Amino acid sequence: MAIILTESEAKALLQKVLSYSKADECEVNLLGEERGNLRYARNEVSTSGSLINKNLVVQSAFGKKVGVATIDEFDDASLEKVVRRSEELAQLAPENPEYVGVLGPQQYMKSNGFFDSTATVTPDKRAEAVDKSLQLSRAAKLTAAGFLEDQYGYNAMMNSKGLFAYYPSTNVNFTLTVRTPDSKGSGYVARGYSDVSKLDTAAATQIAMQKAQGSAEARAIEPGKYTVILEPTAAVVLLENIFYNMDARSADEGRSYFSKSGGKSRLGDKIVDERVTIYSDPANADLPASPWSGDGRPQEKTMWIEKGVVKNLSYSRYWAQKQGKKAVPNPNNIIMTGGTASLEDMIKSTQRGILVTKLWYIREVDPQTILLTGLTRDGTFYIENGKIKFPVKNFRFNESPVIMLNNLETLGKPERVLSTESNQSYLIPPMKIREFTFTSLSDAV
Amino acid sequence: MTASIPVLGNMVAPELLLEPGVDTAVKKRLADVALNAAKSQGATYTDVRIGRYLQQFMFTREQKVQNIVNAESYGVGIRVIVDGTWGFAATSDVTPDAIAKCAQTAVAIAKANARVQTEPVVLAPQKGVGEVSWKTPIQKNAFEIPVQQKVDLLMKVNSEAMKNGGAFVTSNLFFVNEQKYFASTDGSYIDQDIHRIWPTFTVSAVDRVTGKFKTRDAISSPMGMGYEYLDGLTTEKIPAPNGLVGYRNSYDMVEDATLAAKQVKEKLTAKTVQPGKYDLVLDPNHLGLTIHESVGHPTELDRVLGYEANYAGTSFATLDKWKTKSFKYGSPLVNIVADKKQPHTLGAVGYDDEGVPSKEWNLIKDGVLVNYQAIRDQVAIIGEKESHGCCYADNWNSVQFQRMPNVSLKAGSEKRSVFDMIKGVEKGIYIIGRGSYSIDQQRYNFQFGGQLFYEIKNGEITGMLDDVAYQSNTQEFWNSCAQLCDKDDYRMFGSFFDGKGQPSQVSAVSHGSPTTRFNGVNVINTGRKI
Repeated sequence: MAIILTESEAKALLQKVLSYSKADECEVNLLGEERGNLRYARNEVSTSGSLINKNLVVQSAFGKKVGVATIDEFDDASLEKVVRRSEELAQLAPENPEYVGVLGPQQYMKSNGFFDSTATVTPDKRAEAVDKSLQLSRAAKLTAAGFLEDQYGYNAMMNSKGLFAYYPSTNVNFTLTVRTPDSKGSGYVARGYSDVSKLDTAAATQIAMQKAQGSAEARAIEPGKYTVILEPTAAVVLLENIFYNMDARSADEGRSYFSKSGGKSRLGDKIVDERVTIYSDPANADLPASPWSGDGRPQEKTMWIEKGVVKNLSYSRYWAQKQGKKAVPNPNNIIMTGGTASLEDMIKSTQRGILVTKLWYIREVDPQTILLTGLTRDGTFYIENGKIKFPVKNFRFNESPVIMLNNLETLGKPERVLSTESNQSYLIPPMKIREFTFTSLSDAV
Repeated sequence: MTASIPVLGNMVAPELLLEPGVDTAVKKRLADVALNAAKSQGATYTDVRIGRYLQQFMFTREQKVQNIVNAESYGVGIRVIVDGTWGFAATSDVTPDAIAKCAQTAVAIAKANARVQTEPVVLAPQKGVGEVSWKTPIQKNAFEIPVQQKVDLLMKVNSEAMKNGGAFVTSNLFFVNEQKYFASTDGSYIDQDIHRIWPTFTVSAVDRVTGKFKTRDAISSPMGMGYEYLDGLTTEKIPAPNGLVGYRNSYDMVEDATLAAKQVKEKLTAKTVQPGKYDLVLDPNHLGLTIHESVGHPTELDRVLGYEANYAGTSFATLDKWKTKSFKYGSPLVNIVADKKQPHTLGAVGYDDEGVPSKEWNLIKDGVLVNYQAIRDQVAIIGEKESHGCCYADNWNSVQFQRMPNVSLKAGSEKRSVFDMIKGVEKGIYIIGRGSYSIDQQRYNFQFGGQLFYEIKNGEITGMLDDVAYQSNTQEFWNSCAQLCDKDDYRMFGSFFDGKGQPSQVSAVSHGSPTTRFNGVNVINTGRKI
């Protein structure tokens, strides 16, 4: 059997699995994927690989006793075996008081995250794309280290109440660090797409090369509070820590930034500048995402922060039922609206500030305030009177993205960006922030 | 770096984890299929790993079992050199036909990549070791302990934590068993059975009126041991000031949870730290992570050479500094050793994932940088003829590469307990447990938090502190190393899910050290008002 099943093949397989079920409720999740990657460093290919993966997960329930079993062989005997095994585990399991049963049929939005171009990438095509990048770095006598990974797959699910869902998707990520031979300059670029035909490894390489050359001979300036312009690659690794904390249960239990004194949550509170609006939308053409969650809940266009106000927190179905709230699932993508300013406009309007192109090793220092620490990396520049004056040495920062979005000066035009911390893609604008806190200098390049 | 918790494999019934794997003779025949297929396609070197990776992870909160994950992953990874270029492919179909096809794919990938390669891979020679085996010397196989017994332990941990003042508690058990068969064209056929364990919890305290909350994590260490680690033997407990307990090779999880609940309540009202310079007394359960980040990673030769430049970064500990033979990484008290042999450690194996027998070697001797961590395709660069034996892949479907061995700070030769050490400190902070941590991509500038902070004034602990983090520069920090406790205080810290590489892989590594004093380190206050 093929690794990647069509919608009708997946449906037929799932129906067959359910036909073996003797439990009160049964839900089956199915996936198949093919991945290929090519890694290079010191201007040479280092490691590479390919991987195929297929998997079927069966959840059976007798009342509130639930069992889960998985298998990667899809012949009839294996399919029946995995159903029986999940039923045996359910019979042995203690009652799960938080089990709320499976959902009935749902309506899902249309979202296209599948592109033939990406699904048909071969080892030769991967080598060609990397060769374009290597030719440029070798010719310029710069040192490149990069990683190209493509993925093609599908997810499907069906349950005993008649719910069926199917979503095929493709993805390609390309990241590259270019360094000067004396190790005094370093530049970075990251690109992520659903459609590989949008990936131009040569153009991306040019950006990393410019940053590498431009960041050499960096000068040390005093740490302290500065106006910063964060390129989307830098901003996103801070912002995603807000999204990670938007779980209603933790907020209601008093152990999250989204909790507040008196035992309440910040739902409905204005927490950041009114120009900040953050939402999710699986149908967004630039950032398509699956229109359903792993438990079958529809992903709808959902406002998380609107004009600075917390509009939604995510709920498990159990916690929503207990609290009498709508069970809004964790989003499958995140989009932040912006303005019209280009990065160049934002630099031009800055009297004195720092351009930060990438941040690194982000860790939460205090969950109470989402205080984060980390460092600038691969190109940090001093701006004076609307112009980039010179590269500066890297800083360590201690800053909360919540405080940062209260100190907002300007938002630029959103673009699709790959988080260097989580490997997730987002649509995020570049942003100008005042009083960003740098606490020490680093000698790292 | 520490990765999020990865589950590598398919969910299976717990009793399946007890089934013996495939017989060694069968694995040898399958391995030979791969070696021969790759050779006939033009490979000049091939290794094959037939791996069965078992995991049992248990997650609870308060009086509920949230999830029990029983996972098994079985398959074959084949690595080849063709035309001086690496190729790798993997398959979960462990049949002769699929293995031969997988070997052909690995060769095809190597050939495609050879077109853009200019410098051929050169492997340090490794004499074949023939047919051998190695096992982690465990007393109790954690997979054989009934699930109910483990659930009962976690329920006891949780109830004691709640009884003693915790508002919430989560507790987890992680068990890993790697059954790895390695064969190469060097003539090695190596069968290994490796066990690891990690018990851990987090207790939270909440003040609903002020909205303030605090947590205290377990001060256990993940170990290369069986379920016997949870025996809580009194002989393995090391007393410390303020009723604190250090655990050596045996952990008392219920006792630690009881202490944690009391301490997390105290954290809610602890005094906020005054920023400035302090002498730090660092417990092994804290110092291990500082060693990991500021010595372990910068002495990885692949980082030094630039192979990790695009992700984890490079290193300040460059070859020119090492070549001087006088680069003062730390004070003369600092002796840091790499090994894959120390008993009970996460790094202990018989052979690495390219067939090299385990070793021990110095990284820093009397404060001077003397060596790196290197594998077969790098070791010639530092003028050595044999690999250090620290190549690892986290699964059959991942390609093996250089991973950190155990990296440990040797205990001091003078008799000294932590009580003796604190007596000599005028203005200091005693730090226990792993907290927030961050370090730059060349490992100069770092910032570390912890679980518990105690203020020391004139040789006495005066109370708990909050909002503490220290910022330093690696070389400055290790040169401020002023005093070491002795071998009776030496304990392991471990990282169960250390992340590196693209695509990212995890590995498990231990760091031994005694309680150690560092003078005049910069402490910042991390409290903020929103």
